[in-house]
Amino acid sequence: MPIELYRIDDRLIHGQVVLGWGRSLGARFIVLVDDDVAVSGWEQDLYRMALPPDIEPYFVGVAEARARLADWAADPRPGILLTGRVETMAALLAGNGDSIPGVNLGGIHHRPGRIERLPYVYLTDDELRALKALRAGGVEVTAQDVPTTAPVTLDALG
Amino acid sequence: MSDTLRGVVVCHGALAGALVDAVERITGLRGLLVPVSNADCDRGGLEERISAAIGGQPAVVFVDMPSGSCLIAALHRLRDEHGIRIVTGVNLAMLVDFVFHPGGLPGEAADRAVSAGERAIRIP
Repeated sequence: MPIELYRIDDRLIHGQVVLGWGRSLGARFIVLVDDDVAVSGWEQDLYRMALPPDIEPYFVGVAEARARLADWAADPRPGILLTGRVETMAALLAGNGDSIPGVNLGGIHHRPGRIERLPYVYLTDDELRALKALRAGGVEVTAQDVPTTAPVTLDALG
Repeated sequence: MSDTLRGVVVCHGALAGALVDAVERITGLRGLLVPVSNADCDRGGLEERISAAIGGQPAVVFVDMPSGSCLIAALHRLRDEHGIRIVTGVNLAMLVDFVFHPGGLPGEAADRAVSAGERAIRIP
């Protein structure tokens, strides 16, 4: 399973991802799925700054990511796939849920309408429903900010 | 508009508050540095915190890491702003130097801060 981690994290490529998970998994590529970043060269440059030279980034929108999932699955290198939003991950995995190990909720922070579920996970009721729908489709969903903490089940979030 | 530059310190967790507290204890100079934490907010929220801390004044923004969420939020919000400079790798020595030399242009202050911070890194 070349993509070892499917993570929702609104900070996208940052320390927890690169240093925490990236080192732990030996990641050699990161797929950032974000329609805005995919068309913004300067934002891509910002995120490249956070990466060591041995991790290759891919900046893609949802449609391209869906089309290329099989390519990344065939890549022998360990990889991480990131989205910043629950809706993006849900759209990406619709119909593909049985082919991935699970979805990691890594950092979904406060904004109006969201309720605190964990110190690093805030969700609206709609977002929680979307995650439960993913689980109903066969995707294990857990919250875990860094590899050294214990995963928290979706049921524990509400 | 004041001639005094504002220093905004943006760090992970509680680091910015601790750095500002330490500078104020060392120098006795208060109110020249504003701490911003990246805790418990998304990038948009952090950008709002940084903007509020700058308050529309010329400023030097000190960031802890040369990559990561604090720098990305600062660059994302401030890249088109004039009168703002960003310095990464903040340390106590550069902040102490900054509060003793709070005037001038942001670019000059940023260069000075980098020099002071680099001089403080040594094996005694």
